[in-house]
Amino acid sequence: MANILEIENLTVSFDGFKALNGLNFSMEEGELRVIIGPNGAGKTTFLDIITGKVQPTEGTVRFKGKNLKSLPEHRIARFGVGRKFQTPRVYLNLTPRENLELSCNRTKTVFGSLFRKSSSGEKLTVKGLLETIGLVGKADIKAGLLSHGEKQWLEIGMLVAQSPDLLLVDEPVAGLTDEETMLTGDLLISLAQSHSIIVIEHDMEFVRQIARKVTVLHQGSILCEGSMEEVQNDPRVIEVYLGHTDEAA
Amino acid sequence: MLEPPDEPKRKSSQSKKALAIEAGIIIGLAVILIFAMPAILSDFRLRLLGRFLSLAIVALGIDLIWGYTGLLSLGHGIFFALGGYALAMHLNLQLPEGQLPEFFTLYGVKKLPWFWEPFSSFPFTLFGLVFIPAIVAGLLGYLVFRNRIKGVYFSILTQAALLGFFNFFNGQQKLINGTNGLKTDTDEIFGLVASSPQAQLAFFQITVIVLVLAYLLCRWLTSGRFGRLLIAIRDDETRLRFSGYDPTGFKVLVFAVSGALAGIAGSLYTVQTGIITPKIMEVAFSIEMVIWVAVGGRGTLVGAILGTLLVAYARTLLSEKFPGFWLFFQGALFLIVVTALPDGIVGWFRDGAIVQIRSLLGIPQPVSTYPSLEQDPEIEREREEIGRS
Repeated sequence: MANILEIENLTVSFDGFKALNGLNFSMEEGELRVIIGPNGAGKTTFLDIITGKVQPTEGTVRFKGKNLKSLPEHRIARFGVGRKFQTPRVYLNLTPRENLELSCNRTKTVFGSLFRKSSSGEKLTVKGLLETIGLVGKADIKAGLLSHGEKQWLEIGMLVAQSPDLLLVDEPVAGLTDEETMLTGDLLISLAQSHSIIVIEHDMEFVRQIARKVTVLHQGSILCEGSMEEVQNDPRVIEVYLGHTDEAA
Repeated sequence: MLEPPDEPKRKSSQSKKALAIEAGIIIGLAVILIFAMPAILSDFRLRLLGRFLSLAIVALGIDLIWGYTGLLSLGHGIFFALGGYALAMHLNLQLPEGQLPEFFTLYGVKKLPWFWEPFSSFPFTLFGLVFIPAIVAGLLGYLVFRNRIKGVYFSILTQAALLGFFNFFNGQQKLINGTNGLKTDTDEIFGLVASSPQAQLAFFQITVIVLVLAYLLCRWLTSGRFGRLLIAIRDDETRLRFSGYDPTGFKVLVFAVSGALAGIAGSLYTVQTGIITPKIMEVAFSIEMVIWVAVGGRGTLVGAILGTLLVAYARTLLSEKFPGFWLFFQGALFLIVVTALPDGIVGWFRDGAIVQIRSLLGIPQPVSTYPSLEQDPEIEREREEIGRS
């Protein structure tokens, strides 16, 4: 299968500090990849680079074979990269339905938004998504009134509404209950059937639930890559990240 | 089985009814203003009301850019003045062939400056008083928004631009009569002297009609998907970028529309005041525009209009009774609104003023079952579905 994402020799430095250092990464289409790493390993910077929020100092990022260099965020997003932020970011003064509609909209230009009505296809997509994320009953109250977990789900729903080819999900279960975490894991696994997904996560239990292939980042470069089991038993990983062997077991 | 298609239909008939009521109220108010007010009010009071209504138009523009899009502009005086000067120049040019406006001769100017020429045409003036402010706002907006300047930096930049225009207009005696400004009261428009009661009545009626049109324009912009996008820009612009939207275009368009509204307001205000001077571009006046919107309730169009009329009338009353007291009152008003009514008067009523007043008076809320049942949307939905089947 073709590689959907290809990153070569990527370096990002902020005033001399190298947040990412000569990083090479590639990912196949349809893969669900989990990236773990201790704080400050460069996980969020990694997402910032792919989505165009930060420009690389060196190296290239290729998405579906196209170099993303100096493309603005919205172009990359339209090209098929969707991103969920660490803290849930939804439009608090809009309802979940409106939130989803904005993401679902296919003509994201000024005049398209002014003169085009949302098509019945889009309405159906939104309706289906509301069911998937379990917010049908709260579809028409302000998103600011939702609980933390519901906001997380709404944001994942917004990502899917964008119908991206690659989903970047930054800590989707931070602050969720165990049950919500399980459900989120199931949701991501079912999404992985039709999307390529990168998940960044701290919660090892959760990683174990969803992971097929894990990449460990450390000090801006890739430390090792493999199945959860391989990674868990890698002595370097145990040293820098998992720390205690009993936690990793 | 439930029948989902039922729901939108019922909703749309409800919203149609609400729209019909709104249209009825607008038409009713407009008719009262246009026909009843001239009969009730003296010429002087009518002229005052006309001026306040034109200020309400600029308040709508401020609400659009600040209340909905979250960009606090402290420079709307520029656009207001540009519109006002455009119409004043046209009126000043209503002279016999070959004559120049009077002030030019004082400074020894023999030839009309080039940029005055097109303003002798009425259609061009109409076009200009809308599009010159819109283009200036659009350009300024493009430069600012493209570089992702926002928040307080945007406010400071607009205020700096305002000061720049203010000083420029003040210094140009030979071009636009500098500090003295342009008088319009003695000029003629369509054969009527601009200060005559007939002309003023016409200006008043035009103001009401333009205010209604401006309201409808803003109503259209802020409802539907475009309006939701503006709110999304206000709430979280970065999120919007990652959803595939480029906020720059939206912000430029809204700022330009807002500038155009200010220009139209400025022209109507000028002819009903009788003069326009660079004083209109003083910092305080542009801040006052923001206060009107804050008092009425930002993010609500009715609030912008209501706030303007309230503050403007309060100002007139207080200045008549206690001259010199107004500025203190204005400061206090702003403080009260910011601390006690952050959503303004309309926002307060929308978010349960009645509930608050009831609880202040010690009257309990009317809830028929447990509040958790009454207010849980999930349960409400179930109840609706049971009712439907």
